[in-house]
Amino acid sequence: MADFLIHTGGLPDWIAWAITASLAAFFILNVIAGGALAFIWAERKIAARIQDRLGPTRTGGKFGWLQSLADGIKLLTKEDLMPDGADGLLFRLAPYVSFCASFAAFIALPFAFDFVGQRLNVGVFFVIAVLGLEVFGVILAGYASASKWSLFGAMREAAQVVSYEVPLGMCVVVPVMLAGSMDLVTIGEKQAGWFFQWYLFHDPFTFITFWIYVTCAVASVNRAPFDLAEAESELVAGFHTEYSGLRWSFFFMAEYGSMFLVSALAAILFLGGWNGPVPVASLLGLSDGSGDTTGYFVRLAGCANLMTKATLGVLIMMWVRWTLPRLRIDQVMTTCLKYCTPIAAVMFVGAMLWTLALPGGFFRGLGRPAGEIREGWLLGPGGMSLQVQKNGEAPPSSSRFEQSESPVSQVGL
Amino acid sequence: MNTGFAITTGSMFATIISVANINWHGMFFAIFALAACAMAVAVVLTDNVVRMAFYLVLSLGATAGLFFLAGAEFVGAMQLMIYVGGTLVLLVFGVMLTAQAPFVSMKTPQRDWVLASILAVCLLAVLVQASVGVDAWRTAAVSVGGGVQREAPEPSATPLGMALLGMRVDNDSSGIVTPSIRSGYLLPFEIVSIHLLVVLVGAAYLARAKRRRTPRAVETAGQSESKEEVRVAS
Amino acid sequence: MNFFNILAEPVGVSHYLLVGAVLFTAGVVCMVIKRNALGVLMGIELVLNGANINFIAFGSPVLRGESTVSIGLDGQAIALFVILLAAAEAAVALAITLNFYNNHATVDVDRAEDLKG
Repeated sequence: MADFLIHTGGLPDWIAWAITASLAAFFILNVIAGGALAFIWAERKIAARIQDRLGPTRTGGKFGWLQSLADGIKLLTKEDLMPDGADGLLFRLAPYVSFCASFAAFIALPFAFDFVGQRLNVGVFFVIAVLGLEVFGVILAGYASASKWSLFGAMREAAQVVSYEVPLGMCVVVPVMLAGSMDLVTIGEKQAGWFFQWYLFHDPFTFITFWIYVTCAVASVNRAPFDLAEAESELVAGFHTEYSGLRWSFFFMAEYGSMFLVSALAAILFLGGWNGPVPVASLLGLSDGSGDTTGYFVRLAGCANLMTKATLGVLIMMWVRWTLPRLRIDQVMTTCLKYCTPIAAVMFVGAMLWTLALPGGFFRGLGRPAGEIREGWLLGPGGMSLQVQKNGEAPPSSSRFEQSESPVSQVGL
Repeated sequence: MNTGFAITTGSMFATIISVANINWHGMFFAIFALAACAMAVAVVLTDNVVRMAFYLVLSLGATAGLFFLAGAEFVGAMQLMIYVGGTLVLLVFGVMLTAQAPFVSMKTPQRDWVLASILAVCLLAVLVQASVGVDAWRTAAVSVGGGVQREAPEPSATPLGMALLGMRVDNDSSGIVTPSIRSGYLLPFEIVSIHLLVVLVGAAYLARAKRRRTPRAVETAGQSESKEEVRVAS
Repeated sequence: MNFFNILAEPVGVSHYLLVGAVLFTAGVVCMVIKRNALGVLMGIELVLNGANINFIAFGSPVLRGESTVSIGLDGQAIALFVILLAAAEAAVALAITLNFYNNHATVDVDRAEDLKG
């Protein structure tokens, strides 16, 4: 979009980049904040229906859809309390640290082909790394509240998030290995086509990895049944006991933002991302199957597709929350260390052996095989540097890895 | 009057746009560098150990931003995940475990501060002199006319991964392409893996919860009572 | 060259070296000054990060000039290994500190004088 502003609008470089960046940040902020509003309403409705009652029905008509807005206004007008022995600076900064971590992870998340804040070469790694930074806000909140219940909740949550990063990382490595790149746009791109091109159906190991990923992701964002950090029946409200008003709502925007993020990540890694179950665009002739040639409107449709999948993931998380009982801390740790980690490791080895044995995936011959990238690299270590010297300018950052013709022949050796 | 005002503002705006030229790369470098340096100095100057940990987190996060700006994306993400998200969480846990009231703020005597400042000034002078003194290190890669249109740096994740496996596929500035001359990093990679395993076992062993031996109760009335106490306590 | 010209030039290796120098010095002072054992540990982390910034600056494809001042991918690989080893060393140092705390009920390094004299 910056190129559009520079070439068409005639604006100088720096303003064009500033406007583009501001628009991207504004969009992401709206996704988080608006999403949080919608998800809180959805949570109350789903919780109510599961518990055989109705939920909010008065604010804004029959379905109470303005309830979240009313809650937000109420939170804005609450008194700004701080406990007596609390560390002032840390108490005030903690919600923003959590929120910044959740927001920063959206920078590398693509919503469609090239609809991404910053197309990072190490996208997956960056997202997982930044998600793990949310725990600092929680620890600071727990400590700075000068209350032992808050400290207990914060320490439990920190232990849980840090422990579950290990199987989460291992589950995430499986689609990275299948795609050959950590770039999220590339991973989504490789699943273009029908629904059986999705990595979910690539091989049985990846299928099981998806469910382990779901478990670890739910534990990572501290949702039930892993939500003992904010266990309402045990610790008053855990680490955010002493927070009220706008500060509390920042914690909750961070939580719902993270839920949306891990769902969107699951959608991109396993469920095809912005590529639908049915490749509507290529059937209608609007694109030829690769994301590079799609126009603006097709990408918008892909964006809506991805957000639908992510929203479905969040709704399923809510459904699970109000269905299953809460796990104890020792059960949480047992699940992580004795079940999730070994299973994730075995699935990783299994997926690796499967791709070595059957490079075409489960449905051979249909769609593009996942073994393209390996051929490019197996041509030898000179393959990549030869490609760089081929053009004069630097090639776009990831298409180099997707060229299926032999790079040696392109250089003309 | 209104149109005159609008025209003046418009022309001022146009002049500013055409003359001003914000180098975003430089600006973000300045933001991250100032954050890293200021937070590092704050770590030194503050007394409260929990605040020290917090400032350190911010400083290392800003350092990760500097890594991203320098084109080392993989190392930047690694810094965030391992250093900030791992090592510092460990440090904060340690701080929380030992943050009893007398240990949270321990002040250093005045003369130590004097000695430390002299040391700091001398060391900083030497390092700054070395940094700005070498001419070869001061020329930048691209001339900054319009600011941000640098070439996208070559992605570093795959070459780094291949180098760790022993095959160098990156462009060297000396132009050498054949891999047999430049060595890979396979041996250090394996050594570090074993090293991390050893450290994991060692740290877990060192920090294990030790069974506390209660002293035998020899002064209580009745031999049988004291025997029971010892049996229960051991 | 004049020191103050550095602020007017585009961002190059020298600017990164200056940031690394400040972090390194802050870390050394932290190690010298702090009485809390964990404060000393934080100083060690700062020192290692200052060195990392230097390595990344020299190995950066963005900051390279026309001269062959860049060490290419080696800089990033070295920084990677430094991060890994720093994590390992922080773990062991924390285990030692916790042991010291359990045995002496203090984390004040001025009280660690059992082996003195």
